[in-house]
Amino acid sequence: MPASFTIEELESWNGRILAVARDCGLDPCPQEFEICDHGQMFAYMVYSGMPSHYPHWSYGKSYEKLKTLYDYGVSGLPYEMVINANPSIAYLMRDNTLLLQVLTIAHVYGHNDFFKNNFTFRSTRAEFTIQTFKTHADRVREYIEDPSIGLEKVEKLLDAAHALSLQCRRNLAMRKQTPEEELERRLEEAQPSADPFQSIHRRQEYVAPDLNRVPLYPEEDMLIFIRDHNPHFSDWERDLLTIVHEEAQYFIPQLETKIMNEGWASFWHKRILESLELPQSMQLEFMVRHNQVLSAVPGAINPYHLGMKVWEDIERRWNQPTVEEEKEFGPRAQSGRDKIFAAREAERDVSFLRRYLTEELIRELNLFEYQSRGGDRVVARVADDDNWRAIKETLIRSVGTGTAPVIKIEDADYDNNRVLFLKHDHDGRDLQLEYAEKTLQYLRQLWGREVVLETEINGKKSLLCFSEEKLLIKPLH
Amino acid sequence: METVFRSYDPSSAQRSDRCAGDRLRHRQKVHEAIRQNIVDIIAEESIIGKDRNRIIKVPIRGVKEYRFVYGENVPGVGQGGPETQRGQVIGKGEAGGEAHQAGDRPGIDYYETDVSLEELIEIMFEDLELPYLERKHLREIEVEQLYRRKGYRKKGIRVRLDKRRTAISRVKRKQATQRADAIALRSQRFPFHKDDLTYRHTVTEIRRESNAVVLCIMDTSGSMDTMKKYLARSFFFLLYRFVCAKYQNLEIVFIAHHTEAQEVAEEEFFHKGESGGTFISSGYRKALEIINQRYHPSLWNVYVFHCSDGDNFESDNPAALQAAKQIAEISNLFGYGEIKPLGSGYYGSSMIQFFSQLQAENFQTVQIQRKEDIWPSFKGFLSRERAREDAA
Repeated sequence: MPASFTIEELESWNGRILAVARDCGLDPCPQEFEICDHGQMFAYMVYSGMPSHYPHWSYGKSYEKLKTLYDYGVSGLPYEMVINANPSIAYLMRDNTLLLQVLTIAHVYGHNDFFKNNFTFRSTRAEFTIQTFKTHADRVREYIEDPSIGLEKVEKLLDAAHALSLQCRRNLAMRKQTPEEELERRLEEAQPSADPFQSIHRRQEYVAPDLNRVPLYPEEDMLIFIRDHNPHFSDWERDLLTIVHEEAQYFIPQLETKIMNEGWASFWHKRILESLELPQSMQLEFMVRHNQVLSAVPGAINPYHLGMKVWEDIERRWNQPTVEEEKEFGPRAQSGRDKIFAAREAERDVSFLRRYLTEELIRELNLFEYQSRGGDRVVARVADDDNWRAIKETLIRSVGTGTAPVIKIEDADYDNNRVLFLKHDHDGRDLQLEYAEKTLQYLRQLWGREVVLETEINGKKSLLCFSEEKLLIKPLH
Repeated sequence: METVFRSYDPSSAQRSDRCAGDRLRHRQKVHEAIRQNIVDIIAEESIIGKDRNRIIKVPIRGVKEYRFVYGENVPGVGQGGPETQRGQVIGKGEAGGEAHQAGDRPGIDYYETDVSLEELIEIMFEDLELPYLERKHLREIEVEQLYRRKGYRKKGIRVRLDKRRTAISRVKRKQATQRADAIALRSQRFPFHKDDLTYRHTVTEIRRESNAVVLCIMDTSGSMDTMKKYLARSFFFLLYRFVCAKYQNLEIVFIAHHTEAQEVAEEEFFHKGESGGTFISSGYRKALEIINQRYHPSLWNVYVFHCSDGDNFESDNPAALQAAKQIAEISNLFGYGEIKPLGSGYYGSSMIQFFSQLQAENFQTVQIQRKEDIWPSFKGFLSRERAREDAA
């Protein structure tokens, strides 16, 4: 089937789109578009859009899953896929219509601008993305082909590393402290604080800090910690852990800003297309497609829809606040436009929703909270006076990396026996035990000795100990 | 700043199936996982008695990607309409939400794969090193003698003379002769020569066919409760599949017995509830009767399997032994499975001990206590067979 557009057409539309985008204040990186067919699209999706990526069976699995869903018509393919790199790369499906391409191009510039300007992405070093993934792929392949290592061993280590890759620091804008800095901080904290009432208080005792404890402060970057503290690893094993860790770090900002990012891109594709003066036929198709993407998914959250609603709401509240809003917050110092650009730079999903998802919007969107009860999902709270705050809290906890439990390494020499001791920051949500068991098994494999995880099960503090072959659950008193 | 458009390149698109290696590796892992979980899969009631080509869903454990995730009782937020009410049910547990959130969320990893029953059975029997069994148990029977044409010969009997080919070779010879000596030929007749004669050649072919009949005998007396019947049924299913894999022409006979035996349809066999006491001999005699009438051992490979809870009337035991001996003599394999679910108590007698008096090579007994036992005991059943053969 010949494509329904020519490259020249796309280029001319692109010129117009880019002009509008610039006028609006968007500030994207150089952009590359690649036209691909649906088979290539599957492959790009599986490997997160990367032109080269190291092999692992789990990507084969997601391919099969995607293809099955696609073949059975359960889900379509995305219109576009864009990766955070500089220059940014986006893939366009060749079977799509011209309008879809135009819409996609506009949408892509939204993402591109967001990648470039949002603070969470500063740590991703976009100009090296493609090259980094390529060298990772080359190194993993090298290990697979090395007769003294081979596929089995590499796969076994990758399986374990993948299981733990999200157990890492989430806010990468905060610099990780070096061991020297941590040591200094430890010593400083141990100093008694200055007491203005020394004369009437008993003198504070100086307690010497335990500087031999490893880690000095609870450690979230599990793969890195294990890499540095398991003396039995060979170089290739350390390298694989580094690769998996770096890749997870690269994707964390995308997880952390899913709603903002999709909302931002949708917000702008709408604005841009509206000001392009599309011919009538394209205008109609645009409305249909836009509504398809931006409709609410009943019973779930559509990040495109939610995100765009919040962005629009911010702009309106700053441009034309209602009388009550004016009364409550006073006159606005910033225009709506300036406000949204400031927010796109300084927020991530958690802070974005906390600040800008208002009670009115929660009601307007009919957000509700559900819980599973006896195999069914049951609505537990609806957006009324008493419950909207709780719904908001639940939503905030379930976005971004909020879906991954926070588990920190507390002690690498627990019981003076090189047992790895971890603590789960329990926030009311229990771990899924089957998954915890298998993941601890992977952790045990990497650490080489027993691992112990402190968590809460049904309100009871418990220790999950994974020693030789099996899990033991000990309640704590 | 500039924008670059790279056009579609069909040749690179066709070359670049870069996921192929990972897909292959994934499929290998699925295969492996199925083999490891075969015991559980077999124990799933759902596959038993199903059509051969049916696709079944097999939960795969080995290829899940585990992470630390939250458990089930974690609330979530969704978007509803103005009519959404508290207490309203909006879907099924986890699975519902998964479809919308796939990809970016390390949610619970539900993973199932489709395998046709056929494939599953293949995997099952891969484990069993079948060639041994095949050699021993396939009794082949010459069913037909066929004469098949195969080429032509210069010699043969009159009835197989191929007139057309004979005429053609005469014409050829004539042409050749004419070219060599045109004048000599013109004056003479040109008769058939012995060399012209062409005969059709036939070969005799013996088609061997393996016929098999499986007689499933089940105790349907009052003491066989649902659980026992289920175990029996699972066991029969495996045997049936096993024999199916080996024979083209397979018939299956279901016999249900309590104090009396009768031949029943499959449906009835598995679902019928009966009451009353147990005369095992009745089932055996019925089987013998059917074998003699319809499946003579010289033409059929006979497999007889019997499942019971072993709770036979004392007085019937000698008769049962007698009948069992007869069956063992004429069948390829005669199996007795005793179903004693755990917790059912060891009341009543065990026929396994009693049957130890039966000294037949092809008689096998197994005991099944739980559904997890089915596959191991089935395997044991066949491997003992093999061990004995190896010794012989």
